[in-house]
Amino acid sequence: MAWFYLLSGLFLGWNLGANDAGNIFGTATSTKVLKYTTAVVISSIFVLLGAMISGYGAAHTIGELGDVNAIAGSFTVSLSAALTVFLLMKKGLVVSVSQSIIGAIIGWNLFTSSPTDIKSLAEIVFSWILNPVLAGIFSFAAYYVLIRILKKSKLHLLETDQHLKRLTILVIAFGAYSLGANNISKVVGVFMSSSPFTDIRITETFVITGMYQLFFTGALSIVIGIITYSNKTTETVGKRIFKLTPLSSISVIFGASLVLFLFSSTMIDKALNSVGLPSFPLVPVSITQAIVGGVMGIGFAKSGRYLNYKILGKIGLGWIITPLASAVICLIFLFIAQNVFNREVYKTFSFETNKEVIKQIMSAEIPVDYLLKNRDTTFNSQQEFRYYLSRLGYTKEDHIYNIFKIAKLEYYRIDSNYAKEKMSPNRYTQDQINSVKSLHNQSFNHKWMLINKLEMLSEDWQSLPAVYSNEYYNRELRIKLNTVCDYFYIK
Amino acid sequence: MLLKKTKKLEVQIDEFLDKVLNGGLYLKQGIKYYLKKDSELFIDALNNLDTTENDADTLRRTIETKLYSHTLIPEQRGDVLGLLESADKVLNGCKEILFQFSVENPDIPQDLEDRFLDLADTSISAVECMISAVRSYFTEIQIVRDYINKTIFFEKESDKLADKLKRDIFERADIELSCKMHIRTFAVNIEKIADAAEDVCDRLSIAVIKRYG
Repeated sequence: MAWFYLLSGLFLGWNLGANDAGNIFGTATSTKVLKYTTAVVISSIFVLLGAMISGYGAAHTIGELGDVNAIAGSFTVSLSAALTVFLLMKKGLVVSVSQSIIGAIIGWNLFTSSPTDIKSLAEIVFSWILNPVLAGIFSFAAYYVLIRILKKSKLHLLETDQHLKRLTILVIAFGAYSLGANNISKVVGVFMSSSPFTDIRITETFVITGMYQLFFTGALSIVIGIITYSNKTTETVGKRIFKLTPLSSISVIFGASLVLFLFSSTMIDKALNSVGLPSFPLVPVSITQAIVGGVMGIGFAKSGRYLNYKILGKIGLGWIITPLASAVICLIFLFIAQNVFNREVYKTFSFETNKEVIKQIMSAEIPVDYLLKNRDTTFNSQQEFRYYLSRLGYTKEDHIYNIFKIAKLEYYRIDSNYAKEKMSPNRYTQDQINSVKSLHNQSFNHKWMLINKLEMLSEDWQSLPAVYSNEYYNRELRIKLNTVCDYFYIK
Repeated sequence: MLLKKTKKLEVQIDEFLDKVLNGGLYLKQGIKYYLKKDSELFIDALNNLDTTENDADTLRRTIETKLYSHTLIPEQRGDVLGLLESADKVLNGCKEILFQFSVENPDIPQDLEDRFLDLADTSISAVECMISAVRSYFTEIQIVRDYINKTIFFEKESDKLADKLKRDIFERADIELSCKMHIRTFAVNIEKIADAAEDVCDRLSIAVIKRYG
């Protein structure tokens, strides 16, 4: 049954392959710069590589926004997102799965009374606006530079054509890589907490993790979309949406792909942070909207005044309508799945507000006056706890989100043998491994308790001061801590 | 492998343009020998022009086939073929004029001979500039405009020369009207070569805009 639930995600992946891959190589194949088969082979290989190598970053953000923890819930969220895109696309809006999946996750959060991480949401919404703007700037710059080079070089037209063909292949490969890296998060992001895959141990040291299998399956669904259906969409993209010269299309695809790459690459993140600059949020963005931005950038480069406000308006409208529609559709579907089909669309958690929890909430700079009056209470569901918090007067979503995280009861029990087996010295320092082992047989009721303990035991678990240059290190450390916690989580 | 193929094609395009240029020069030579009444050299020029025109036709067809069969320059292919075809028309025009001289034997008054030579010289200058413009389109697009301007200049000059020549022909009293009308045709046809060169440049202007906007 779990595999059946995965189908909606795979359908979304197929959709992405069929539609978005066309955006990347549509112009090249319709103008006969590249053979369709060649384009399909290149795109398929690089989509897979992108998803497997750089796909984790953006997928992690989706997971942070809404921890969809039951596979029937993930199925419903994915299905609602796909259906919303289908319906709104028919209405002629420039919609994207990025917006609909976010809306659907928020719908799930509302349905389950789980608070939404406002910080992640703000990052995502900001990136939607940044996406076409940056794509426009990059495409403009790429076009300007290319034109300058070509005009100055005294290459024969035929040679230039051959070089452009090679450049097109490179750009398509880069575009496919970025598409895989960024958009795999839309396909598998909501399944990360409820994945049906388990680790496959090939040898003592070589393990194919469940996460990798999930990413591979998602990427494969995109590839199948490219192989089976992209020939229908490439014709449309190449000829109807925008008729560009090969030179313009190289610039547009490069610009759009660069944006997608920036929004998914941990490498760039690391590089920017290392020189003390803020990094790009690792979030899923729409390649269609990036390409529309890129086309406008080229238009601007050519005539200096070309800005299609109608299309801009349609994109803006898409930003508002898509997540709203998706959230509403998701709410309805979740209700049906839970009450008509009797499916578990989310897992219930318990929460407690004892002395230690309140102390931890205080350390997060959240007022605890009301909580102090009602100490030592246990709540058996998200709804119950949320209702309690709202009665106490908590209205700020980020406060509620953090209180939820701190008060949530999760059980952890450390096993030093398991730590030895799971924690590779290549990934963790000896000090980190020893600190985990030293907690043998100890139990923790909250995740933060285990994390606090580890931070106390080893400096290697402590975050560095929150400045841009430490951002990457701290994020990686958080991921490591979460992974360690997952090892010892008792379901 | 593909670059080797394109190199060969580049050479063929250059050869084709050389032939059009040579065709113009043969025309100029042919007219000169006709007026000098040197029939041997005139026939020689006529034969050379005929061979050049045939070779150019073959080359043009080969280029066209290669451009399509190897799907080269898909965006500019139409423009390039159009340019080559219209350049070929200039060469055809040159051949037709010299054949016309050979067949119709026009009786050109001696005092107008230099004027005819001047007209031919100016028209062929337009052809030369047109060929340079087309060549630059392939290799150095930034200077195409200069050559187009030169072509237009020579076309206007040949217009003026032909106009003056036609007026002078019809103002004369020493030759028959039939003869006037006959030699007028030659002035018109020589002038038309410059017009045809200008037509190529008109196409070229659009092709340049299309290539880099």
